[in-house]
Amino acid sequence: MLKISNLHKSYPIGESSLHVLKGINLDIEDGEMVAIMGSSGSGKSTLLNIIGMLDEADSGGYILDGLPIKNLTEKKAAVYRNKFLGFIFQSFNLINYKNALENVALPLYYQGMKRKERQKQAMFHLEKVGLTDRAYHLPKELSGGENQRVAIARALAANPKLLLADEPTGALDTGTSYEIMEFIQQLNDEGKTILIVTHEVDIANMCKRIVRLRDGIIMEDTFVNQIRTKQNV
Amino acid sequence: MFDIDLWREIFQSIKMNKTRSLLSGFTVAFAISLFAILFGITNGLINTFEEGFKDDAMNNIVIWPGKTAKAYKGLQAGRQIQLKNEDHDYILDEFGNKVEFMTSRVMINVNASFRNEKNNYTVRAIHPDNLFIEQNKIKEGRYINQLDIDNKTKVVIIGRLVEEDLFTKTKAVGKYLNLSGIQYKVVGVYTDDGGDDEERMLYIPITTAQSLYGNNDYVDMMYLTYNPEMDYDKALAFGVLMEKKLKNRFSIAPTDQRGIRVQNNALGAKAVNQTSFGLGLMVLVIGFGTLIAGIVGISNIMIFIVKERTKEIGIRKALGAQPKQIVSIILLESIIITTISGYVGLLIGVGVIELATPVLKDYFIKDPGVSNTLVIGATITLIVAGTLAGYLPAKKASKIKPIVALRND
Repeated sequence: MLKISNLHKSYPIGESSLHVLKGINLDIEDGEMVAIMGSSGSGKSTLLNIIGMLDEADSGGYILDGLPIKNLTEKKAAVYRNKFLGFIFQSFNLINYKNALENVALPLYYQGMKRKERQKQAMFHLEKVGLTDRAYHLPKELSGGENQRVAIARALAANPKLLLADEPTGALDTGTSYEIMEFIQQLNDEGKTILIVTHEVDIANMCKRIVRLRDGIIMEDTFVNQIRTKQNV
Repeated sequence: MFDIDLWREIFQSIKMNKTRSLLSGFTVAFAISLFAILFGITNGLINTFEEGFKDDAMNNIVIWPGKTAKAYKGLQAGRQIQLKNEDHDYILDEFGNKVEFMTSRVMINVNASFRNEKNNYTVRAIHPDNLFIEQNKIKEGRYINQLDIDNKTKVVIIGRLVEEDLFTKTKAVGKYLNLSGIQYKVVGVYTDDGGDDEERMLYIPITTAQSLYGNNDYVDMMYLTYNPEMDYDKALAFGVLMEKKLKNRFSIAPTDQRGIRVQNNALGAKAVNQTSFGLGLMVLVIGFGTLIAGIVGISNIMIFIVKERTKEIGIRKALGAQPKQIVSIILLESIIITTISGYVGLLIGVGVIELATPVLKDYFIKDPGVSNTLVIGATITLIVAGTLAGYLPAKKASKIKPIVALRND
């Protein structure tokens, strides 16, 4: 599904530059659920951004589902993001003047889907996250957990190959965090490949594999016994 | 391609961000309404200005004789110059195509009476061309024609106010009017924009007056209009040449200012025209300036909007929006806001002008108005302006990196 080899990335800081990723090698198979851990500044978000095609690596290879991701034009990156990737953010990143249904339908709009079809699909995904009755509410009328579920529905809407979550529970209390994680585990059970960036150990332990980053290199890459959220609740 | 979803997106964005849209629209609406008001007022000023010269044709030349002031060629000073029919023909022969219309004129004061109504009026005995020179308008009946001149008919054309004065109970046309003892048939009623005095005149054929009142071929004054194809300088030269030739014809010293006078309206017309042009140019410059201020204003607000929407644009890009789609969202929103608010501004401006017209009349501003051409022109300008105003911010928005936009802060 995902093959990263010898990935380097540095950011210019004034005269000098900050070497954030110093040769990352990572293979992720279909249906995996991987947590990327590390303290702040370890490069975990940068890695996720590069995987999400929101940022470009300086050197190294990145192959997504057999497709080499290199020298993308903005337009091409947009198409790939839309087709292959679903994003879940810490701060939900919903468009505040659009209701839940419209937010979920947005990736489908950019796929060029007809309005009727789009709304049907969006409704289907909202149902999956259990928010049918909140479809016409604006983000500000929803709780944090509900907002994140809308965001998950949106990430799923375009039926992506890979789900990228950047601290998906960072803005939520423990109870809600576990609810969201339970949901993400369910998605994984259904076969979705999921990549989660987190610095919380309990969240990482709910994944099947933990990759620890420190100072731009992978320190540890272990398969763990997944802790099912049901056991915690 | 007309993409209904794109429009839906834009109208939602406008509707959901009312304050923002109103604010940006306000600048443009204000600028355009100011422009419309300014434009209307200037139009009114120009109208007033031109009306001052409206009584007669703008390309008028008047020739009237006097007494010579200087002795010349053995003739004494103080000699009365008398124009005759042959001088009228001389001018037509001599200058041909340079003369557009021409009439000689004899003035007589009469006491006019119809039934019990009577009053004193001035009669102008004229040629048919007088219609164009005085810019009379026929209200009823007809004007003096060549047949009247040839046959010396006793017909009279009366001003609108003469009809009101004398013909209180009946129509004037077809009735007989007694002018100091001689019966004239009223064959026409005219109006004139030159004021009440001009509408209290009587016109009869010049040949009739010459035979009835003097039995001579004397002429008091001559009026003509120069060929309007001549520019002002040519027209002025024409007037000077005519004066010189007439002075020569009557043996008047070239420096004599009183023997014969030629007053050329080209002088005034030139001034009026230049002033109108100047005013028009001023309005155009100010209007253009206002519009540019409006564009800069909306451009500024659009830049602010892009800044405010950075995160949203980042989200859209993360979800697969292409740069082109981001540009069209911002650009179309700018165009729509500019066009709608500009139009509202135009309506407000025109409305204010319409409401204020009666008041403005007291300040020498006549019929201020905004023409249809201007409205259409302004609409096109607005769309162009909206595009201009939106383009840079839109381009900027499309360059936003989603990673920067989405950074948590």
